[in-house]
Amino acid sequence: MRPRSLVPILYILFLLLPIYWLVAMSFKTTNEILGGFSLFPQEFTLDNYTAIFTDPSWYWGYINSIIYVSLNTVISLAAALPAAYAFSRYRFIGDKHLFFWLLTNRMAPAAVFALPFFQLYSSVGLFDTHLAVALAHCLFNIPLAVWILEGFMSGVPKELDETAYVDGYSFPRFFITIFIPAIKAGVGVAAFFCFMFSWVELLLAKTLTAVEAKPIAATMTRTASSAGYELGLLAAAGVLTIIPGAIVIYFVRNYIAKGFALGRV
Amino acid sequence: MRTENQRGWLFVLPVLVLVAFNALVPLMTVVNYSVQETFGNNQFFWAGLRWFEEILRSERFHASLGRQLLFTVTILIIEVPLGVAIALAMPRQGLWVPVCLVLMALPLLIPWNVVGAMWNIFTLPDIGLLGYALNNTLGIDYNMTQSPVAAWITVIVMDVWHWTSLVVLLAYAGLISIPEAYYQAAKIDGASNWSVFRYIQLPKMKRVLTIAILLRFMDSFNIYTEPFVLTGGGPGNSTTLLSIDLVKVALGQFDLGPAAAMSLIYFAITLAVSWLFYTLMTRDDQ
Repeated sequence: MRPRSLVPILYILFLLLPIYWLVAMSFKTTNEILGGFSLFPQEFTLDNYTAIFTDPSWYWGYINSIIYVSLNTVISLAAALPAAYAFSRYRFIGDKHLFFWLLTNRMAPAAVFALPFFQLYSSVGLFDTHLAVALAHCLFNIPLAVWILEGFMSGVPKELDETAYVDGYSFPRFFITIFIPAIKAGVGVAAFFCFMFSWVELLLAKTLTAVEAKPIAATMTRTASSAGYELGLLAAAGVLTIIPGAIVIYFVRNYIAKGFALGRV
Repeated sequence: MRTENQRGWLFVLPVLVLVAFNALVPLMTVVNYSVQETFGNNQFFWAGLRWFEEILRSERFHASLGRQLLFTVTILIIEVPLGVAIALAMPRQGLWVPVCLVLMALPLLIPWNVVGAMWNIFTLPDIGLLGYALNNTLGIDYNMTQSPVAAWITVIVMDVWHWTSLVVLLAYAGLISIPEAYYQAAKIDGASNWSVFRYIQLPKMKRVLTIAILLRFMDSFNIYTEPFVLTGGGPGNSTTLLSIDLVKVALGQFDLGPAAAMSLIYFAITLAVSWLFYTLMTRDDQ
């Protein structure tokens, strides 16, 4: 083994240490946690997980999160696909400015927008719905999706479009049956990043929901403060938030690196 | 070559509507608040640019901005070279590549408050793995809730843990796009490792590194959840970054006018730095 392959191994160990500690904590009883330090769970228990899976206010948090994250991914992609096509194929008045303006929306601190978002979504009657969070997350996911998709689309030769027109395809039919399959890797990558940023965001999701659409991450903050100091339960809930991401990442592992590389800039 | 076609506007219309709804309406609300004063009861009075002047002169804002800049510069100096170094050391092909990528991407997919909570549990002085190891095994006195230095180091290590992988993934994507022939040519010319890096790998990574630095700048400058959950801005004000201070003003004290003015100044700084960097890095491409 060459010494330089030690670098990624050490880095991965560093990444896994806090995760290991979270997992270890989730299998400990509260008594054991508060009783002192132990590297491995001494009285291995699944109580923390049982508590989550039997309490609707816990498991509904996961369901809510998954609903709005999926909804956001679908909306973001549906809107971003034609827009990315326009940016990669056409020149139109103001296209460059529009592209940079879209990117600027990633720069706005979410903390700035929290209160106005609350007012906006309350006034249109969407407060505490999954749709509200899904739409709000479009703010930073659509620019990213357009950016990634545009990169992939620019990699497809224009001859593909021209041949399809010569063969008599209408635009929608060409777009759906030929063009989208040609960039399916890009769609996968864009979907992954939309999923990721919507899944990890909490500030807006928490601001826009109260009961009905409350995300799991917000349920966790409640427990941390109100129910004393139930570290084991908190750790188990944390472990469960890692799993959906880990599953998604496994499916797109070969594309993640490519996604940003092909983007514009 | 792209063709001149105004149909493009029709295609970007859905994006425009969705983003404008989310961006312009709240932004106008903030602008609105920033020039008014309120005493509650939904009564507003014109305040002109008073809040802006007040914020720009306030020592509290200068202190938060200073901490924010220190934080962002520190994490960029650590994460970018570290990310590039790890990407360079990664295998180019083989069974280990997907395993490495999946494991490295893991921190990116953890909700931000879970990241904060996880590091909190990890660093508890008596029962956290790191806290226990530092205090009891290595004999270093470490308590994040009392020492500002320890709190700062922890927040920075947490961010390095959380986001270095993004730089690694992007740099790695740039590296694997370099054709093998380039390396062979360099070998024939007897180029040193350093010249291979300087004249082949670095130029090829320029584009992805631009994206990486831009994303890291924007996200670290706007960071809120992770340090808030980890330290709550403390001890004292030592880790109160700009966003944390902003939320304190806006929701804690409910000073809407000053908070709005502060948001706009904040947004303008982010925008200006990003634009400058974007323009400088893409200047040669035109």
